[in-house]
Amino acid sequence: MRTVENALGLPVPKNAQYIRNMIMGAHAVHDHLVHFYHLCALDWVDIVSALSADPRAAAALAQSLSDWHRNTHEEFKATQQRLQALVDSGQLGIFGSGYWGHPAMKLPPEVNLLAAAHYLQALEYQREINKVVALLGGKTPHIQNVAVGGVANPINLDSPDTLNMERLYHIRTLIDTADEFIKKVALVDVAAVGAFYADWTAHGAGVTNYLSAPDMPMDERGTDFTLPGGYIPAGDVSRFTPIKSFTDEFFEKNVKESIKHAWYEGEWDRHPYEEETVPHYTDFDDSGKYSWVKAPTFKGEPAQVGPLANVLCMYAAGHEPTRKYVTQVLDTVSGLAKTTVGVGALHSTIGRIAGRVVRCAVLNDTLRGQWQALVDNISSGDLSTFNPPEIGSGTYQGFGFHEAPRGILSHWIVIENGAIKNYQAVVPSTWNAGPRNDKDAPGPYEASLVGNPVADPEKPLEVLRTVHSFDPCLACAIHMFDPDNGEIVRVRVQ
Amino acid sequence: MSGTLVMGVGNILLSDEGVGVRTVLDFERKYALPDTVDVLDGGTAGIELLRHIAGRGLLLMVDAMDTASPPGDITRFTGETLAGRLRTRISPHQLGLSDLLAAAALTGETPAEVVLYGIQPESIEPGLDLSPPVEAARARVVERLAEELRLRGVELPVRTDQKDADEYFWQRRPVPKVISGTEGQKETEP
Repeated sequence: MRTVENALGLPVPKNAQYIRNMIMGAHAVHDHLVHFYHLCALDWVDIVSALSADPRAAAALAQSLSDWHRNTHEEFKATQQRLQALVDSGQLGIFGSGYWGHPAMKLPPEVNLLAAAHYLQALEYQREINKVVALLGGKTPHIQNVAVGGVANPINLDSPDTLNMERLYHIRTLIDTADEFIKKVALVDVAAVGAFYADWTAHGAGVTNYLSAPDMPMDERGTDFTLPGGYIPAGDVSRFTPIKSFTDEFFEKNVKESIKHAWYEGEWDRHPYEEETVPHYTDFDDSGKYSWVKAPTFKGEPAQVGPLANVLCMYAAGHEPTRKYVTQVLDTVSGLAKTTVGVGALHSTIGRIAGRVVRCAVLNDTLRGQWQALVDNISSGDLSTFNPPEIGSGTYQGFGFHEAPRGILSHWIVIENGAIKNYQAVVPSTWNAGPRNDKDAPGPYEASLVGNPVADPEKPLEVLRTVHSFDPCLACAIHMFDPDNGEIVRVRVQ
Repeated sequence: MSGTLVMGVGNILLSDEGVGVRTVLDFERKYALPDTVDVLDGGTAGIELLRHIAGRGLLLMVDAMDTASPPGDITRFTGETLAGRLRTRISPHQLGLSDLLAAAALTGETPAEVVLYGIQPESIEPGLDLSPPVEAARARVVERLAEELRLRGVELPVRTDQKDADEYFWQRRPVPKVISGTEGQKETEP
């Protein structure tokens, strides 16, 4: 939508911006919680070890870290019983394929139990905040309300069928519920687990050029953002350059994609407006073409994207809430690890995970701000949510960006005589998973795995830690069941 | 949440991989559903779906499934056979339907009954159309879903306010009206 709006020069009503912002923000909070607890924590937390923990000691430890009301002996004991029942049943289910007892698992049983309890609690809280998406978007998982020019949410504070005060207050309650869990549990857990794995601040930095989009526009044309974004070269936050608006040429002019090492026809390095996507599979050739992913570059170099990139850019831009939560997490880690851990430690596998939880906290605060802005704007009498687009003959060209849960997402369009002539999406996981570019420089995944420790090549848990820390997007992968429980994919790394 | 959820999952951009979603949308279009029955296009979503399946009396799922059988073959899974067979092993704790059900078990909200219809795909290449054998299976599974509900005492009249059969605006093309003439009959034959 932003892409077409940009191409047409179409402003978006403020209400629509705030509603979109809240949908994006709530979804990202949900997504970050799920990634941290359910998709990544079990690379670090040994569920089986939690069975041998003393729930009383775990509760005492948890209470020393946070006043979260569910850090009780009873809650931890119940968690342990639930896990024990699961193990006794022989059906580990969701925990069935973890590397339990792996030598790289270093948490004491009590910390494992604490994390397991919060893993279960996170299942409850992640879905509460995702209700905001359903309340504003009409439906989940596929929302129905967004359109070029605004949103399809009629606003009438007195009507039961539209966005009204009752619905708005419900949304506010959901934001507040998530807030307590994020601040008292997730932020504390990422610091506590991080402190035990402080050695991982030295692994997985990879590409330290960071790119992120400013987001949460507060005006009709996207020149004023709640959350800053931009570019940091070579890990040097003092060299941060902001992206200032939806039309900023600093972003528009500096993105390219190379297919030198990807299975597409040709061997070019082009700007998205001039790209094509013509698949052409040849064998896996690690000195030639070896990936379906194109290799994006910013100013000719690979860049890392994602919550860490966003947090570092916001930190560099002096964004106060970001600085507050970064400091809070680093101070907690420093206290627990009994050593000073600074911002530099964030350029790492564990730093990417911490960045995600910090961004989650920042986003939830932002949601409150967006909620207030929406209520204030409606109260001022502005009920507009949509500007109808008009596409005339002739050529339009535009781009739109968004700071998605996995990083900066940009779409690029060329419209000619009312039809789409070219459309390219440069998505977050492409930035991170891309193969080597036209100058043979590796992308973030590849670079981050150089020097990554591996204790047991048959069980490469440490590789998963680093790859999972990027939160790879697999949503569009094939989801098909193998009825014989067979091994579907064998990945060989040389 | 209680009642029944009829949920299709899969990626509609990968031809037969999207058969689950296509099937439940057909089902929703064909039958007038009581308030106790919800239909959901689960797409490729993972844990977002937990909220929708939690605490259901009956969860009826449809998905593409490799059962090493001829394209379009339909396999019905329930209870134990389902739990044993729902495994993807691309990576540890990647979230699939099995993990979704396990998550529901962890929160104490396992659906009372779970039935999965697996349809053997022919092609999972990028594309919006289903292959002919899978297209035929989709119509059969719509009727199997209806049967499942009728067996449990749910009344399912055929909708009289049938909408046009276009699912997505980009797919608009002439479609034979259902239940009129031999072609319509053939489509609905189990």
